Amino acid sequence: MHILIIGNGISGVTAARQIRKLSDHEITIISGEADHFFSRTALMYVFMGHMRFEDTKPYEDDFWAKNRINLVNNYVDEVIPGQKQVRFQDGTTLEYDKLILAVGSKSNKFGWPGQDLDGVHGLYHKQDLEAMERHSEGLKKAVIVGGGLIGIEMAEMFHSRHIPVTFLVREDSFWNMVLPPEESQMVTREILENGIDLRLSTELKEIWGERSGKVKMALASDGDKIECGFVGLTAGVSPNIDFLRFSDIDIDRGILVNQKLQTNQPDIYAIGDCAQLRSPQKDRRPIEAIWYTGRMMGETVAYNICGHEINYDPGIWFNSAKFFDIEYQVYGDVPAMLPENYNTLYWEHPGGKKSIRLNYHKEDGHILGFNLMGVRFRHEVCEKWLAEKTPIETVLQDLKLANFDPEFYRQYEDDVLALYNNMTGSTLHSRQKRKLASVLNFLGRA
Amino acid sequence: MSAKSNRKNPIQILGIILFSAALITFTVALGMSGFKLDKEVLKAQVNNEYQYNFIEPYLDNLGSTEYPNSFKFMAAYAESLHSAQADILKDVETNLGLTTSDGEYWNTILKDDKIKSMKFAVAKASSIGPIREHRNTLAWLSFGLGILGAFLYILPKLRESSGIKNNHIYHSPLHSKGWLGITVGIYLVGFYVLLYFFPEHMVNWVLLVDPISTFLNGGAASQWFLYGFLYTICILVMGVRMIVKYRHNKYQIIRTGSVMFFQTSFAFLIPEIMALLNKPAVDLKNMWPLDYSFFFDYRLDKLTESGGLGLFLLFWGIALFTIGVPFITYFFGKRWYCSWVCGCGGLAETLGDPYRQLSDKRMKAWKIERWMIHSVLVFAVVMTIAVLYSYLPESGSLITKDRFIWTALALLIGATVWIFQQYKKKNGMPKTAFYVAAAVSVALFVIALLNGIVFSSSNVLYLDAYQLRSWYGFGIGAAFSGVVGVGFYPFMGNRVWCRFGCPLAAYLGLVQRFKSRFRITTNGGQCISCGNCSTYCEMGIDVRAYAQRGQDIVRSSCVGCGVCSAVCPRGVLRLENGPEVDERATEERAIHIDLEGVRLLD
Repeated sequence: MHILIIGNGISGVTAARQIRKLSDHEITIISGEADHFFSRTALMYVFMGHMRFEDTKPYEDDFWAKNRINLVNNYVDEVIPGQKQVRFQDGTTLEYDKLILAVGSKSNKFGWPGQDLDGVHGLYHKQDLEAMERHSEGLKKAVIVGGGLIGIEMAEMFHSRHIPVTFLVREDSFWNMVLPPEESQMVTREILENGIDLRLSTELKEIWGERSGKVKMALASDGDKIECGFVGLTAGVSPNIDFLRFSDIDIDRGILVNQKLQTNQPDIYAIGDCAQLRSPQKDRRPIEAIWYTGRMMGETVAYNICGHEINYDPGIWFNSAKFFDIEYQVYGDVPAMLPENYNTLYWEHPGGKKSIRLNYHKEDGHILGFNLMGVRFRHEVCEKWLAEKTPIETVLQDLKLANFDPEFYRQYEDDVLALYNNMTGSTLHSRQKRKLASVLNFLGRA
Repeated sequence: MSAKSNRKNPIQILGIILFSAALITFTVALGMSGFKLDKEVLKAQVNNEYQYNFIEPYLDNLGSTEYPNSFKFMAAYAESLHSAQADILKDVETNLGLTTSDGEYWNTILKDDKIKSMKFAVAKASSIGPIREHRNTLAWLSFGLGILGAFLYILPKLRESSGIKNNHIYHSPLHSKGWLGITVGIYLVGFYVLLYFFPEHMVNWVLLVDPISTFLNGGAASQWFLYGFLYTICILVMGVRMIVKYRHNKYQIIRTGSVMFFQTSFAFLIPEIMALLNKPAVDLKNMWPLDYSFFFDYRLDKLTESGGLGLFLLFWGIALFTIGVPFITYFFGKRWYCSWVCGCGGLAETLGDPYRQLSDKRMKAWKIERWMIHSVLVFAVVMTIAVLYSYLPESGSLITKDRFIWTALALLIGATVWIFQQYKKKNGMPKTAFYVAAAVSVALFVIALLNGIVFSSSNVLYLDAYQLRSWYGFGIGAAFSGVVGVGFYPFMGNRVWCRFGCPLAAYLGLVQRFKSRFRITTNGGQCISCGNCSTYCEMGIDVRAYAQRGQDIVRSSCVGCGVCSAVCPRGVLRLENGPEVDERATEERAIHIDLEGVRLLD
């Protein structure tokens, strides 16, 4: 059986690796973006000089041949489900028995005038990085539009090259449709402290270019005209599915898939950023363009193709990021706006760069989510507490089990507990230590 | 200033200028003297009336000429001494009538070794001119100004926000094998070549530190004092840099403080003070087999002649590697030594930190590493056994040649069998390398036994113990650990020696790999495969390969520097000690850690 995978990002590559583990099927991965799998999330580090591009490749180049995974560097123009084949840009075709669409995203463009000028780019593909590199030479000013994870990454990138950045953010506090207010404020402060010209509640109106077609100026919704040589469009991403518009594959915003990640066409699957679940789990979005879900989908599709039928289950939500010097981790349910039936316990370090938030249920008091800024928590421990709907007071007393900061770091679990005691009048005491033996014991307990 | 470098403020630029000026002064000082033979010192060095009588006629020229540099002077010295050597030989054979079979013959002739060993002292005494007149000024301009310049460059970084600041490392010609890195590498290699093989050409540098040496131990400086002095300064100054860089990370601060402390006290000051008190000058933290000469005759003699203290030091040295290594490594991993105590590690973690990203991460490099480092360990063990075997008496003592060799053999076979079993338990049947290494070791010892016991030769392996140890000293001790180990920082990263050549690292690594509570824990499924951990691993471990599979990391080479954990942008890695490592280090775990999900199908 020949399994064809379009896209060599984390989803497609995970699928290929898992299929190889489970079977001897012939596997081919197609990508026009890069010869080999690289970590998209690390592109910023290449620009900033932390790493070389080759360091972003998680596997050595001979890995693919060793694992009998064929690589094709080409762009697919059309999928023809009836003939079970794909047609490339150059007109050649390739047949498949099973097809996995792992084609990822593209940067959103909301129809701004001038959005296709030279010097207007998102940051998603390797080619976007190359464009940023090209335009950075002698660049006097960059304007970034859109206050999400990629926007702040791009701001950090230009900042490392001493290029002044004006950062247009629609919201009145950074990423506050995802982060609760305090955390959002913390990141907003961090952006300002790094000397970024952050314009909150401001949107992009138009981009003006020179006669040559090169970007010259951005017009903001506050009427300000910002002269610039680069405009970064980072207002989110959407599935990269234009080439499927005229195929028989059902698409909406993304490629529609069922719980087994199958599309409406036989033997065609979609995973990762480009997949849109017809019926997502409760509290989850139909399209989740993040690394971890891509990886899980890759594994799930591999099992389904290799004869172990299984539903996609993303498990308990988790994510992480880094905003300049502040690391961020989230486990479970920490919405930006606190729902009616949620309680929240928020502790912030006096320095204003670390915080710990625990969400728990108002009535029965079980834990609902963890949000960490500048503090590391253990994934497995948090997940177990969440899965078992552990009472907040148990979690607080055992909170040290979750601490994952490096050795000798000051621990703040007692401060969190004291805050809770103070708020509720309880007299709880910490009863665990940050000891690996205790952690493993806890994780092993049924 | 280029956009692809970090901004430097005026104070930092001044720092760079002062440091460069100091480095230039230091380098130029090497040529800032003429050479005119100091006859008295030569006479004292020869310390043999008979030989000196033959040398003296040649000194008329040598002693009255002022040579412009050490090369011309040493060439003239060699010519004169070799002429005298020929005259002596002639006299010994014709007038004294001795032949090579006479013991007296060998005591009378002037040997090449002696001509060579006198070079340094003669050259140092014969250096004349500005270097002597302006010694203190030059010393201040070199060391004082250099340190000041370095601090002016380092300390202003405190004004930036704290956090991981690796911007532009791969844009910098110093840190990515560019022209500046190559220059630094050549300079370092040159320094080590002079230090180990031609110290007579660096006497002017040694003269600069004479006053410091006199102050500390009452004697004049040798090239080794200069080396120890510079080594300590590098660790202290660059240690401050490391602390400034990682000031948000308490593990790094404490660990760096530890290597700074052990270098300054144990490696530098305590031995000097012991020398001042006329006691054996020993680095109490240096241990066999890194300290490969620990069991050499002259050192054993010195210790056994030094009374109670000497015996204590002998016991301490043996206890360190027989008891200290297994126990402490069991609880904390090899990091307790390699990145907290060791001098080589200390230099790598401070002076070498800017080069850590240059270590080779490829699988191929790992293969070469395993072969090389374990071969060096076998070499060190065989060499030491041979040396001890020839040192020990045949009989009449508690430890005789026979008893020693049998005990050593039993211990080695025991250790090999134990490693086999541990390996099998954790990884299945051992791979080829293990078989080959074991087969070679056994073969070596069978030969040794046949040779020593059946043919009652005092040599192990038909090899002259003296030969063996001089090969080791030259190849491993000088060329590898020094010239390559530090000289190649800007080419192959800061742990070339520790990774490919250190026999102690190999030994610590075996304990860490098979019997230790240390591991790097991977935080569930949080890894995004970005590769910062692997890039900044000085030991060339592909940390990401484990992290992205959710595996805990147990690698014999890991020195526990903690930088992978520090540079991780997602909080994925943590160094910890806990119950003995289990399947968390071998199974693929993290892709889907939800137990109700995919994993049930496994």
